[in-house]
Amino acid sequence: MEYDVIIGLEVHAQLLTETKIFCSCPTTFGDEPNTNTCPVCIGMPGILPVLNKKIVDFGIKLGIATHCKIAKTNIFARKNYFYPDLPKGYQITQYESPLCEHGFLDIDTNGGGKRIGITRIHMEEDAGKLIHDLKGHRSFIDFNRAGVPLLEIVSEPDMRSTDEADAYLRELRQLLVYLEICDGNMEQGSFRCDANISVRPKGSAFFGVRTELKNMNSFRNVHRALSYEIKRHIDVLESGREVTQQTMLWDEAANATRSMRTKEESHDYRYFPEPDLVPVMVDNAWIGKIRKTLPEMPRERRKRFEDVYGLPGYDADILTQSRDVADYFENCVSLLDSPKEISNWIMTEVLRVLKEGAADIKALKVTPKMLTSMIRLIDDGAISGKMAKDVFNEMAKTGKSPGEIVKDSGLKQISDEEHLKSLAKAILEDHKKEVESYKKGKTQLIGFFVGQLMKATKGKANPELTNKIIKEILEE
Amino acid sequence: MKISLTEVKYVARLARIRLNEEEKARFLKELNSILDYMDLLSEVDTEDVSPTTHTQHITNALREDIKRASQPLKDTLANAPAKADGAFIVPGIIE
Amino acid sequence: MLDLARNFRMGNISPLDITEKILEAIKHDPLNAYITVDETGAKNAAKKAGEGIRRESNNPLLGMPVAIKDNICTKQMATTCASNILSSFVPTYDAHVVEKLKKMGAVIVGKTNMDEFAMGSTTNTSNIGTSKNPWDLTKTPGGSSGGSAAAVAAGLCAAALGSDTGGSIRQPASFCGITGLKPTYGSVSRFGLVAFASSLDQIGPMARSARDVAVLYDAIKGYDPKDSTSVDRGYLPTTLDGLDMQGVRLGVPKAFFGKGLSTDVEGAVKDGIAVFKELGAKIIAIDLPNIRYGVAVYYIVATAEASSNLARYDGVRYGLRGGDASDLIDMYMDTRAKGFGLEVKRRIMLGTYALSSGYYDQYYKKASKVRTLVIEDFVKAFDVCDIIIGPTTPVPAFGLYEMADDPLSLYLLDIYTIPANLTGVPALSVPCGFSKEGLPIGMQLMAPAFKEDILLGAGIAFQDHTGFHEMRPQWNMM
Repeated sequence: MEYDVIIGLEVHAQLLTETKIFCSCPTTFGDEPNTNTCPVCIGMPGILPVLNKKIVDFGIKLGIATHCKIAKTNIFARKNYFYPDLPKGYQITQYESPLCEHGFLDIDTNGGGKRIGITRIHMEEDAGKLIHDLKGHRSFIDFNRAGVPLLEIVSEPDMRSTDEADAYLRELRQLLVYLEICDGNMEQGSFRCDANISVRPKGSAFFGVRTELKNMNSFRNVHRALSYEIKRHIDVLESGREVTQQTMLWDEAANATRSMRTKEESHDYRYFPEPDLVPVMVDNAWIGKIRKTLPEMPRERRKRFEDVYGLPGYDADILTQSRDVADYFENCVSLLDSPKEISNWIMTEVLRVLKEGAADIKALKVTPKMLTSMIRLIDDGAISGKMAKDVFNEMAKTGKSPGEIVKDSGLKQISDEEHLKSLAKAILEDHKKEVESYKKGKTQLIGFFVGQLMKATKGKANPELTNKIIKEILEE
Repeated sequence: MKISLTEVKYVARLARIRLNEEEKARFLKELNSILDYMDLLSEVDTEDVSPTTHTQHITNALREDIKRASQPLKDTLANAPAKADGAFIVPGIIE
Repeated sequence: MLDLARNFRMGNISPLDITEKILEAIKHDPLNAYITVDETGAKNAAKKAGEGIRRESNNPLLGMPVAIKDNICTKQMATTCASNILSSFVPTYDAHVVEKLKKMGAVIVGKTNMDEFAMGSTTNTSNIGTSKNPWDLTKTPGGSSGGSAAAVAAGLCAAALGSDTGGSIRQPASFCGITGLKPTYGSVSRFGLVAFASSLDQIGPMARSARDVAVLYDAIKGYDPKDSTSVDRGYLPTTLDGLDMQGVRLGVPKAFFGKGLSTDVEGAVKDGIAVFKELGAKIIAIDLPNIRYGVAVYYIVATAEASSNLARYDGVRYGLRGGDASDLIDMYMDTRAKGFGLEVKRRIMLGTYALSSGYYDQYYKKASKVRTLVIEDFVKAFDVCDIIIGPTTPVPAFGLYEMADDPLSLYLLDIYTIPANLTGVPALSVPCGFSKEGLPIGMQLMAPAFKEDILLGAGIAFQDHTGFHEMRPQWNMM
């Protein structure tokens, strides 16, 4: 029996604001516990929330980028439940009137492009962090994270495979990073994903019972958890039983999902409109102002790199991973119309240097002007590709221009034909045996001769020219 | 009977308040009489009426995204019933 | 209070003198008006105020001994809300209004007694025991701001702050023969007021005269960016002249003079209305048809919001923690069982139920809709009148524990005061007579939102022509 898989994803994105959603405490990650707190975010008696405008800005930005309808009137609501990491005993969120609705995100999978619907995007606050001390039968609570702003992004159950789910998550994550509203760090918890999953016999019109899946803290775990849960559903159905609707946790150590035991047994959150916050009215002027700040969307930029610059999909993908790298690339191309060559240099050397130094491309000493000058030197034959690698490393280290570096180190390539000819003749004279073998048919010995000449010139001979000259001499 | 004993127990659980037997019996009686009184509202026609949450018509009470110093750790923990290593402590939770 | 301020300036008495007198009297206080008294802080503040008093002639609060209801946060001073769950709680921050008073050099004598978490109309539910009415120690001072009302009436402070969610300033003011104002919702910051019902709560002034109330109101009103429901508009100083009542239209609602109103109260209030008529006011009969649903709406909306506001009292970050240390659920259940009194539990139960799955539409949503109808009643009424007038409560102060076993009957006594909270309009209670037993009776005036000047002006005019507010109770210190 074949089965269809139906997956919906719920993403919580922590926003890159300076301050929390309802108070002016910093949102920095990794500080000493409870040092970024105030009476408001730890839910003291008598405190009141005041909304950070940036949250709305970011929500509108994401809504525009995902083609959502932006709500004119925004109300907050209280979601009431008891948990030690929830200071007020309720979470302030949006229930009946989310900021954005009915949008979509286009993704690319092996099967082609697909449009995934986005049901809603809304604003809410994050809870604190619990650290369990199992041996001591107790838990520690750090409220630094309490009140950090979140956007909850709920997709339609449009995904039909783990690949599609993966593609959606990656596309969404990249979008959030491009828009500079979230840093997309799954391991640190600034980009969190829960799934709703069900299966049904192929061709069936009905949806199967779904389970909720939590605690998937990396793309790899998302894939494994979904795959596991799909198989589990199928196994249950194949054995003639029914799937129980419940919340499952992905247990990385056990490589399996298991049922969450102590979740609020009745999901009676008693939502009601938040009386301490007044409505937020979003008008067209506000939306227009945000719209102007939108960058080109990653997917569109990828396509444009392919179409306009003629780059292969692989290159376009890597270059547009980060907005800054893509900008760097385009700056280079505006100085030197050689997109593929530039792309190669960025993909290999530039990204390597960044990775080694764990640095931002904005901090890279090699500017687009320097890189393109260097490439010009190669194209002109002044230096070889191999020499250029050294020049690049020197530029990255010192920030000196390629011209300077070449001059200082006397690296200039020898491209004088006459000079090379006489050197070549001398080498061939010294290796008469090999010349005989070459003439008898061992043509790969050309590499040997070129190597000898390179050795004699300490690597400065222009390799292509050398090759040509030696061939010509041998053919005489 | 507007509310049953089962519902009284359910609500107490939802509100995380342990009631003794006397309280359960008492609230069963009192809540029922109060809720009977609330029936009064069902005689009002509210078909085209929208609910009120705020009596003044303010909107967009917003704050700029500017950092302010948080309160010192000792203030945050000043009233904590149980604390250690800069954190609040609660009895263990199994997830 | 204004008289005292004048005496300060003239050097007849110093803030320290009066503060010490008050602190001494509190030690022998049979009213149980205070939960916490800050002797050292009060004396220091009084001394400091004394130094600057001659120079600052237009700061009537400088050196003034005031009392603060114990649900208003005071930095480094216990703020208990008369509850076991907060009996050891000391805030690290001041409420916005307290900050304002401190800036003006007021002397904060201490925190006054109240019904637990402001839920009640007798002060009986306080964890330190009830306060008593200074006019008759066997009678209730009212609630929930019973301690503040008793303290003001007995001269244990010059003025006090209370809070009002369904009548908790006006009813005790009425029972204790003093003047109390519930301001327009949003005109006084709620930051630092321990929330009971967020869409209804307001902090307000209580004093021995409408002029004093006006002065204290001016000191605490104003926009506060820390409170999102605070209204940002120009707040002008209140004039202390009586309002010229000539042609002022007084609306008298039929619904306020129906069944349940005691004859003494009816008589005194009608006499009060007659005073206004003499001053030239026009008396107009008005209809507030949806008032009869007010109590039902209030006890659903207020308890629902309260059930959520009180969820933070869980023993995790502050306050009482009960229970077995090894079980989290047990900790919650025990903390809240031990920490909350019966009335608070009752209201949390009711509110939780009204919001719960399957009942939200029928109760909370329905009540919120009927609330809109009450608001519309008032809008229509204020089209034809400037002030709505009537009794503050149906009966004068009753016996201390008389209503303890009948919550519903007690709730029904809030019928006249509840509408002002549901609609957000300001409401003032002024003394207008006495019952046969010699207990004070209060008259309530309501005006459209932000029209406190009309309200206070009318109150001042009334008091300039009557002497009820000058009478002092049996147990009086000043």
